[in-house]
Amino acid sequence: MSKEKQWPLWEVFIQSKTGLPYKHAGSVHAPDAEMALQNARDTYTRRGEGNSIWVVPSDAIIASNPADAESFYEPSNDKIYRHPTFYVMPEGAKHI
Amino acid sequence: MEKKNPEDSFQVKIDAEEKIEPKDWMPDEYRRNLIRQISQHAHSEVIGMQPEGNWITRAPSLRAKAVLLAKIQDEGGHGLYLYSACETLGISRDELIEQLHSGKAKYSSIFNYPTLTWADIGAVGWLVDGAAIVNQVSLQRTSYGPYSRAMIRICKEESFHQRQGYEIMANMAKGTAEQKQMAQDALNRWWWPSLMMFGPHDTESAHSAKSMKWKIKRESNDELRQRFIDKTVQQAEVIGLSIPDPDLKWNEQRKHYDFGKINWEEFTNVLNGNGPCNKQRMANHIQAHQNGKWVREAAIAYAEKQKNKKVPA
Repeated sequence: MSKEKQWPLWEVFIQSKTGLPYKHAGSVHAPDAEMALQNARDTYTRRGEGNSIWVVPSDAIIASNPADAESFYEPSNDKIYRHPTFYVMPEGAKHI
Repeated sequence: MEKKNPEDSFQVKIDAEEKIEPKDWMPDEYRRNLIRQISQHAHSEVIGMQPEGNWITRAPSLRAKAVLLAKIQDEGGHGLYLYSACETLGISRDELIEQLHSGKAKYSSIFNYPTLTWADIGAVGWLVDGAAIVNQVSLQRTSYGPYSRAMIRICKEESFHQRQGYEIMANMAKGTAEQKQMAQDALNRWWWPSLMMFGPHDTESAHSAKSMKWKIKRESNDELRQRFIDKTVQQAEVIGLSIPDPDLKWNEQRKHYDFGKINWEEFTNVLNGNGPCNKQRMANHIQAHQNGKWVREAAIAYAEKQKNKKVPA
């Protein structure tokens, strides 16, 4: 049997309501962007889950490596002054 | 600091209920176990479309037909969520399909039974989807992130499936004597195969120990089977049908139903390809896949042509 050429893989992101962030739903195979959108609609939004869909070629996504997480995020770990709780507020001050 | 062996840190993560994600390190056997289980699950969803598809053209009302179509479309969708989760483990869709066609990958043996009457569509939704839900609710907490997410999505959709099946059974059970008999007959034929869906007893299950340690499975075959029986008996009583098991009896001490012996010989026999519909199910899938080949190729050719057009002259 000759090897059949596969449809490329696309990652699907769905916004459930305007104003909310897009969230990864899964992936679909499709020959082009238009069909990727249609397949994503049929696969992931059969019950009104979506207001808007993004499809992105899977190989266009660059992901960080979880094994490097410690060193990758290290630069921000010692900057606790980025959190509001770092600051000492005078007794009695309100609405701050 | 002493360098930890990766399998130990992996187990620490699992024990802490942290999900494993596609790019995380995982033991090869964990990956293989997952591919086997998720692909079997995906194939079951897709093959499961066939026994139900058998009744689309003969559904007794327009409502019933629309519902059945939507349900079968859902099953196809569930297959796709699961293939998508499985592909994150580094196996391609065509390899998965090839494993199904060669018989290397299995699907749930329940789908090798025929749907003889309309009541079977009721029984499949009520019992087969009911059993699947018990299993899938438990798998929502599986340790592999993409599998868990697919399960959560599937569980949200499955409850419609079970309710539509139970509605069919309830309506037939309160219809004419003949209709009630059809419903009872369907229950008689689907009850035992539904119990087999949970797999062999814990003491006999080949993959269970490792799967439990790695939290791929969260509860054992026997625990899940018992839960299904406990909740289904009352549902049968409500619609006036009887479960075809003379040994079925509430055990006040265990607070569970005791039930009769499962015919594992039949289970093994169907699993090994000798059920009533094994050959037909597989032949249909292979034929549909082959018949769709030119469509898949044409779509790629069209996409490439469009891409080339966009390059400015």
